[in-house]
Amino acid sequence: LQDIRNTVGNIPMEWYQDFPHIGYNLDGKKIYKPIRNKDELDMFLEKMENPDYWRTVQDKMTGADIKLTDEQVDLVHRLQKGQFGDVHFDPYEPAVDFFTHEVMIHPVTNRPADKRSFIPSLIEKEKVSKLVHAIKMGWIKPRKPKDDTPTYYDLWAHEDPNSILGRHKMHVPAPKMKLPGHEESYNPPPEYLLSEEEKLAWEQQEPAERKLNFVPQQYQCLRAVPAYSRFIHERFERCLDLYLCPRQRKMRVNVDPEDLIPKLPKPRDLQPFPTTQALVYRGHTSLVRCLSVSPSGQWLVSGSDDCTVRFWEVCTARCMKTLPVGGVVKSVAWNPNATICLVAICVEQSVLLVNPCLGDKLLYGATDQLLESYVAPEEERVQPVQWVTATMEEHSKGVRLVVQHSKAVKQVTWHGKGDYFASVVSDNSNMQVLIHQTSKRWSQNPFRKSKGLVQCVLFHPIRPYFFVATQRYVRVYNLLKQELTKKLMTNCKWVSSMAIHPGGDNIICGSYDSKLAWFDLDLSTRPYQLLRHHKKALRSVAFHKHYPLFASGSDDGTVIVCHGMVYNDLLQNPLLVPVKVLKGHVLTLDLGVLDVLFHPTQPWVFSSGADGTVRLYT
Amino acid sequence: AVTRRLCILKGIYPHEPKHKKKVNKGSTAARTFYLLKDIKFLLHEPIVNKFREYKVFVRKLRKAYGKSEWSTVDRLKDNKPSYKLDHIVKERYPTFVDALRDLDDALSMCFLFSTFPRSGKCHVQTIQLCRRLAVEFLNYVIASRSLRKVFLSIKGIYYQAEVLGQPVTWITPYAFAHDHPTDVDYRVMATFTEFYTTLLGFVNFRLYQSLNLLYPPKIDGQADVELKPAEGKEYAMDSESYLEKLSALSASLARAVAPTHEDEVEMDEFPVEGETAEQLDARKKEQEALEKHKKLFEGLRFFLNREVPREPLAFIIRCFGGQVSWDKSLCIGATYDVSDPSITHQIVDRPRVERQVVGRYYLQPQWVFDSVNAKLCLPVADYFPGVLLPPHLSPFVTEQEGDYVPPEKLKLLAMQRGENPDEESEEEEEEEEEEEEEDDNDKEEEEEDESEKEEEMKLKKLEEQKTQSSKALPVKVTAGKVRLEDKQRLEQEQQSEEKRLAIMMMKKREKYLYKKIMFGKKRKVREANKLAAKRKAHDTAVKEEKKKSKKARRA
Repeated sequence: LQDIRNTVGNIPMEWYQDFPHIGYNLDGKKIYKPIRNKDELDMFLEKMENPDYWRTVQDKMTGADIKLTDEQVDLVHRLQKGQFGDVHFDPYEPAVDFFTHEVMIHPVTNRPADKRSFIPSLIEKEKVSKLVHAIKMGWIKPRKPKDDTPTYYDLWAHEDPNSILGRHKMHVPAPKMKLPGHEESYNPPPEYLLSEEEKLAWEQQEPAERKLNFVPQQYQCLRAVPAYSRFIHERFERCLDLYLCPRQRKMRVNVDPEDLIPKLPKPRDLQPFPTTQALVYRGHTSLVRCLSVSPSGQWLVSGSDDCTVRFWEVCTARCMKTLPVGGVVKSVAWNPNATICLVAICVEQSVLLVNPCLGDKLLYGATDQLLESYVAPEEERVQPVQWVTATMEEHSKGVRLVVQHSKAVKQVTWHGKGDYFASVVSDNSNMQVLIHQTSKRWSQNPFRKSKGLVQCVLFHPIRPYFFVATQRYVRVYNLLKQELTKKLMTNCKWVSSMAIHPGGDNIICGSYDSKLAWFDLDLSTRPYQLLRHHKKALRSVAFHKHYPLFASGSDDGTVIVCHGMVYNDLLQNPLLVPVKVLKGHVLTLDLGVLDVLFHPTQPWVFSSGADGTVRLYT
Repeated sequence: AVTRRLCILKGIYPHEPKHKKKVNKGSTAARTFYLLKDIKFLLHEPIVNKFREYKVFVRKLRKAYGKSEWSTVDRLKDNKPSYKLDHIVKERYPTFVDALRDLDDALSMCFLFSTFPRSGKCHVQTIQLCRRLAVEFLNYVIASRSLRKVFLSIKGIYYQAEVLGQPVTWITPYAFAHDHPTDVDYRVMATFTEFYTTLLGFVNFRLYQSLNLLYPPKIDGQADVELKPAEGKEYAMDSESYLEKLSALSASLARAVAPTHEDEVEMDEFPVEGETAEQLDARKKEQEALEKHKKLFEGLRFFLNREVPREPLAFIIRCFGGQVSWDKSLCIGATYDVSDPSITHQIVDRPRVERQVVGRYYLQPQWVFDSVNAKLCLPVADYFPGVLLPPHLSPFVTEQEGDYVPPEKLKLLAMQRGENPDEESEEEEEEEEEEEEEDDNDKEEEEEDESEKEEEMKLKKLEEQKTQSSKALPVKVTAGKVRLEDKQRLEQEQQSEEKRLAIMMMKKREKYLYKKIMFGKKRKVREANKLAAKRKAHDTAVKEEKKKSKKARRA
């Protein structure tokens, strides 16, 4: 038999994993691993077929399979049971004493006892006598029973103000616990008990958010009151608060809310201003987008989404005339010149100049004559728009001239003299703003470049200035010098409308983010004041010609009239006081007031709304 | 852990830095910040050395145990290092008034610890000490008659005493076994208690001294003799029975100096400058009211049944000068028996009492509490056993203007003013009920009437039609209504509108602040209204039920 003992010693056999051999034998030759090419199937077959599979073990040192003999299997079984490996070993054999417990007649040693075991020890005697002496002399005392009950005395007998530490002044005493209210009583008044919903809400809240840290309960008598289960918790939390919460002295501002309200002059002292709704002009079937009033203040024109323009008598609310125009009316503007009776109306891509034939016959006759007296120039000039004389049919309705633009027209506004008017085209190019001259039927495009989407334009009432409002800025151009004089920052997201003070130095801008900006042109390019009166987007703003009033109409259905006094003294800032909130328009399609306008002479204000009415407040 | 203990003992608390981000190195995570000054201050504390010694002691002891050197263990245990907190108390509360101001938490904690079982959670000595101090304090309050307010809450019983002019409030749990929560760190509480016991001990000493009482308290000689023979046999240990007797709260305490009736000498009046006669008068009146309050139960003899909580009731009654006793088997210190004919009030908390003795009131315990809070002996009718009790209100609430005041409180206030609204209201109620009954009868009659009326109406209409047809005028003139213009209201409206307009002109920041303030006010009002509405709903429901039951009885 070959001795194939492995000489590698007690090392992890994984080290030889990658080698063909598994170690070295006594002669120093490699021991090769037995060839193993059994796969899982072979293993399984062997497991099934080999009756000795269960007693086959792999020798880790040589890698060979070894079949255990019967004795070896027996040994394994015994070891597993916790028995001794040796079959013949008896763990329970009777113990035999080394020395017998029985007293023998002969002693083990026969040595006689020492003398010192009979006489008292001198050293011990000396020790004892020392102790006795010490006790007699009172050097050693019995231990006093320790008294660990604390003793108290008058700690504050000598209160010395000098000994108080400086840091004590900085000490912030902990706030006391909140005293209990009625709801904590064991028998509270019934209104303090939580209803079912409140209880549910209480349970769903976070424990830190709860207003009460307990549910109020009612017990019929004292004997029914149970122990409070969170008592120790609450004490513990208090302890934590005492030593972990940062303390701070906080100055609480005790402001009377009345003091915060600014002191403004009373509206009663700022009269006149419109206070009540006087008339309602009914007739339009759809939302009324725009309004304009004649310079005399006798007639009112309104344009609506029902494709008509209506002329009203202001004092009686009577509809004098209805002009179907075949398109949504975006803007109307009455010529501000009192000697001319002419209304500019924006309908889709054209601006109609309409003679309403209302009022003094001489006056409107003169207007017609003025328009007819036009003589076409010899040489045809290239114009951005087409001026077309109205057809007979249109003429009979009152339309005199049609200015046809290339794109839809948004707004039209007259110059104060009544000859020029400007129109805004919804376009992206530089052709957004056009200025027209009625008497010469001549149009021009003042801007070379587009500076953004133009919202509205305005002529200065006195000086040759021209205001153009884009989404976020208002640009002021000097028409004579043909240059940009100023750029006003509105601080709004989207300007909707603009109006100018008759003095010409102040501008108000309404915006869709419900702000109204008041600019003082002399002061700065930023708003002098931003008013946030309205709850929704502003649609329109207006100044009164004579009275220090301005108004703003908004989607929330209200018109707010403010007193806006401008002083001649340049050093004094304008005084802005809201004086009246006028309500009346019904919200339709989330739209309220679409246009506001002041009467040219009276302190009256017109407003047109999405509910198809025009209202007059006086 | 040592730092924590030091912070607790020395009363060091964290601070909120002004610039949190700067201090926290840019992060905004929640951290606690202590002042460097404070921590340096902790380092100079002599008790730090004691802590170190204790640490060493523990180490040595463990070693000795490990080696089974029992004599060493004994020796070490005998020389166990101990420390005192006296100087810390003095340092934290340089004056006695400071200490009194901070007594609330100390008392609450001591009362809580004194109810702990004597096992496990903390040292038995601590519990005993807490109990002793708490009882001593209660005895002081009785002797000085300084209790002012009591409140039965669902959490426990609140007491408020006025000790040397300082209000001291504490809460005691109801006498039940605690189920000890697991998420509470008892070591923190024990550290607090350690400090509080020291504080309370010194405060007690000083308070007893201020009343010329002996400290540690001794029961008055006569009472002691009275008590002696009864308990001599039952209680073996003298030291234990002493505390028990003290905690019975029934005996008065011995004084160091015999009382010489100084109390009855009228107080000299020192008019303070700038004080008008009215103020002086008011103060005098207040003083008188206080004296009267102190003698609320004077001359009354109470007997506590065994089902009522003995300690709080005995404490309260004795605080207001009443005499109190209980069943002899319940606790020591009982001074008279149930059968004593001189008993005026017996406190009972059971639905009905079988054998009632003539000449005394049987009352529920809430009467005592409510009477103390009302500062007068309330009418007893509402508090008989088995009766539905009136709500128990918190004496700590002082309603400001605009707050919700429960109707019971209003009634009470009226009673304190000397009016007697109770009878009136009851009469009213009765009248109302009668009226309602009458109404019911009327309705039935009315129904009969109505049928007749209807017929009449029909006839009238027919006649009218006839007359109208004869007239045959289609145009009708309706009489114009006279519009009553309420001038006051108009003015009010105008003012409110002016205000609204002015609010429009506020600056953004001010507007925000204003809105916040107004929101808070509105919420308060809303809550008050809600409570009032709830009460109203409840009252109507109760009334209806009453009516129904009455009807049912009648039927």
